[in-house]
Amino acid sequence: MTDPHSAPSGAVPVVRISGVDKTFTRGDSILTKALEAIDLDVNLGEFISFIGPSGCGKSTLLRIVGDLTSPTSGTVTVNGKTAERARRDRDYGMVFQAPVLFDWRTVEDNVKLPLEILGQDAATRTKRAREMLELVELGDFLKHHPYQLSGGMQQRVAIARALAFQPSILLMDEPFGALDEMTRERMNGEVLRIWQQTGTTILFVTHSIPEAVFLSSRVVVMSARPGRIAKVIDIDLPRPRNEDSRETRRYFELVTEVREVLRAGGGSLDDAATVDAGGSLERALAEGPIG
Amino acid sequence: MATVTATRGGRAASGVARPNASGRGRRTVLWVLLAVGIVAVWEGLKAVGGTPWRTPGSLPGPNNPVLWNPPFRWPLVNDLNLPHVWNIWLAFLDPWQRGADRNVAQFLFDAALFTWREAALGFVCGAGIGLILATIFVHSRWLERAFVPYVVASQTVPILAIGPMITYAFGGNVASVVIIATYLTFFPVTIAMIRGLRSLDPRALELTRSYAASPWDVYRKLRLPASLPYLFTALKIAATASIVGAIIGEGPGGIPNGLGRVLDTYNQYYITGPEKLWAAIIACGLLGVTFFLLVRLAEVLVLRGRPAAADG
Amino acid sequence: MSAGLMGRPTANGPAIVRLARAGRRSIGEYVPALVVLVGGFLLLEYGLAAVHIESFLLPRPTAVAAAIADNWSTGRFALVPSALATLEEAVIGLVVGTIAGVTVAFASARWGTARGFLLPIAIGANAIPIIAFAPLFNNWFGLLNPLAKALMAAVLVFFPVVANVTRGLVQVEPGALELMRSYAASEWTILRKVRIPNALPYFFTAMKIATTLSLIGAIVGEYFGGSSSVLGRIIVQSASALKFDVTWAAILFGAAIGIVFYAIVALAERLVIPWAAVLRGDG
Repeated sequence: MTDPHSAPSGAVPVVRISGVDKTFTRGDSILTKALEAIDLDVNLGEFISFIGPSGCGKSTLLRIVGDLTSPTSGTVTVNGKTAERARRDRDYGMVFQAPVLFDWRTVEDNVKLPLEILGQDAATRTKRAREMLELVELGDFLKHHPYQLSGGMQQRVAIARALAFQPSILLMDEPFGALDEMTRERMNGEVLRIWQQTGTTILFVTHSIPEAVFLSSRVVVMSARPGRIAKVIDIDLPRPRNEDSRETRRYFELVTEVREVLRAGGGSLDDAATVDAGGSLERALAEGPIG
Repeated sequence: MATVTATRGGRAASGVARPNASGRGRRTVLWVLLAVGIVAVWEGLKAVGGTPWRTPGSLPGPNNPVLWNPPFRWPLVNDLNLPHVWNIWLAFLDPWQRGADRNVAQFLFDAALFTWREAALGFVCGAGIGLILATIFVHSRWLERAFVPYVVASQTVPILAIGPMITYAFGGNVASVVIIATYLTFFPVTIAMIRGLRSLDPRALELTRSYAASPWDVYRKLRLPASLPYLFTALKIAATASIVGAIIGEGPGGIPNGLGRVLDTYNQYYITGPEKLWAAIIACGLLGVTFFLLVRLAEVLVLRGRPAAADG
Repeated sequence: MSAGLMGRPTANGPAIVRLARAGRRSIGEYVPALVVLVGGFLLLEYGLAAVHIESFLLPRPTAVAAAIADNWSTGRFALVPSALATLEEAVIGLVVGTIAGVTVAFASARWGTARGFLLPIAIGANAIPIIAFAPLFNNWFGLLNPLAKALMAAVLVFFPVVANVTRGLVQVEPGALELMRSYAASEWTILRKVRIPNALPYFFTAMKIATTLSLIGAIVGEYFGGSSSVLGRIIVQSASALKFDVTWAAILFGAAIGIVFYAIVALAERLVIPWAAVLRGDG
């Protein structure tokens, strides 16, 4: 049985994380060790979920991959480059828990934003934006403003925007955390459909076990304090998956397996109901007080 | 998911300041640095383009040699327009009037106290009226729609325009100044308190209804406490506004004891001694800042531990 | 971002259509205010006459109207030329103060160290009765020089503009900055695409305050001295002559200017940032 952490021999992993540590400090004192000795390979076109209790560093890990923060030690290689290089080359799209859409732009203009920054011409931008909004089935809402849309729709716009410049990797940090269960399940289906159509490699952070199992090729279960990979579980549910897949025996077995690894790790997912600590702590430290 | 708090939250800002010891220390250092910087620029300009420098506090003459002769002459930074900082300082120690036994500093202090009393009285009355009006408006939509447009529209009007009229009409006594200060205070307080009393999360209101609480209870226990941050934001504005109103109210009417009259007097004697006008201006500034800090202190004490309201 | 309303496309469509829709919706809400206006007018007009109060402090509205007519553009208290003169001072001060304020705000937003220095000053200046500088400015420029009053207006306008615009440029949703970082966007791009649009509502808030302040600066500056054909001097001189009908006439002119100023800013705000109006709930 191959080591679920690493790529099948011969294939170069799209993302290689080795020996990553992350410690938050203030001055000389150590505040918290968010991540310890993280090793993971992600292959082309995989859908990887990260799940764990609050404080296990899953958001921090995603942010390290996305070069929004740097590891205290260890390396991250993306598409054969450093994370920073990959960010500058715009290899990733990112979707956060909050859609972060701009009120002053229409839905269509919001999706065009990264394309403007990339310097694409107007015709290309319009074409791409419309394609992406069709993909997330919001083609009728081009001229609306974000505040006129529901939460689920706003997240779909955020996904369309993240895919607009055709990144090879999509980083998603609890994108459906603020949605109700029904909408979330529907959005899961949407994401899978999009994933199948675009072939993007997706790294997905969640605190919902059913979501992780339903979506992923592999689930990385993490434990807290310090954040470590407890186990990487292969999800061998057949594809394409749909609502019926949620009612199969294998699905329940996998959900149970994930749950038991989590329980063994000592944390409970009740903690995960609050906003993930890593992301906001790090942001708070980075910004400091405005006097 | 966000927890339900009693007040409707605003948009989260990045990096809100947390008052702590080092923050306050830093801010004091900041103000000191600012003062030093201003003095440096001030005297620096005079060194380059002012009138020739002589010993502080004395007049030109053969016994009073030039200490420094600036290379240029710029009218704006000569000794009339921009007196030396040390001469202003010395002016505080001069007698406030020829032959008087009190010096300028004592005189200004007394005047400031006088003005402050008028302003404070107006401040308290204005805050009271504002609170009452806001309470009425919050409980009666019709009255609110009837009167608030005028309250708001009057904020676009130069309220101080009414000042001289009141002063002349009431014959230049303290009451007129207090009226002006009241007038300037109750506008910001009314508007802020309407927002504050309404700032309750509707869910909290529904909760009280499920307890069959009376409107008075709701008012006392929920609305008032929720409105306090807004009240203090308005009071800080009103503090300065009431002082401004008092100074302006005193000016044209010629109430003899306040800072407004002092400004007027030293304005008239400007040619012979601009330093005294500067001293009076500094006194006004200090009065405003002191009153502001007093309200700020009250805010800190009353709102201990609560987050500040969104700026109104 | 709150979960929004479904399909309320008031913010879409050409500007003039948006305005029309906004006006129509709010007429009904103005009825109580109109009642008060008419009622107040009637009360003043007939109530005062009935009680035989002299036009000591509160002349009857018709008396004020007569004063306006008599002093429209001639005589010692000529209203229109004075209003224009005061308006000129206020506008110059408004423009200068706004430009200076916006410049400093951009500098504050760009350089954090400068901001730590400048923003507390801008906020702290609120505590100082800046109006005390009016006699000084009059002496610097000469009593009859409108620049003295314009400078007063400019200084009053400067500080709120700096405070509000800096806040608008800096207080961006934290996620937005991360988003831009993930696009490897330059500071300049972030400024153009995120900070400036974010700051626009704050700018208009500041402008609403600023228009009033510029007018106050001009008029109060005139209280401390100036040519006799400016509104402030008319107010003071007519009041000292106890001609309160003229005083009220001048005050009304000042009020009218203030309201027009405010309305212009509010209109500009609706046209430039219709999306903010909807979010505020009064679109």
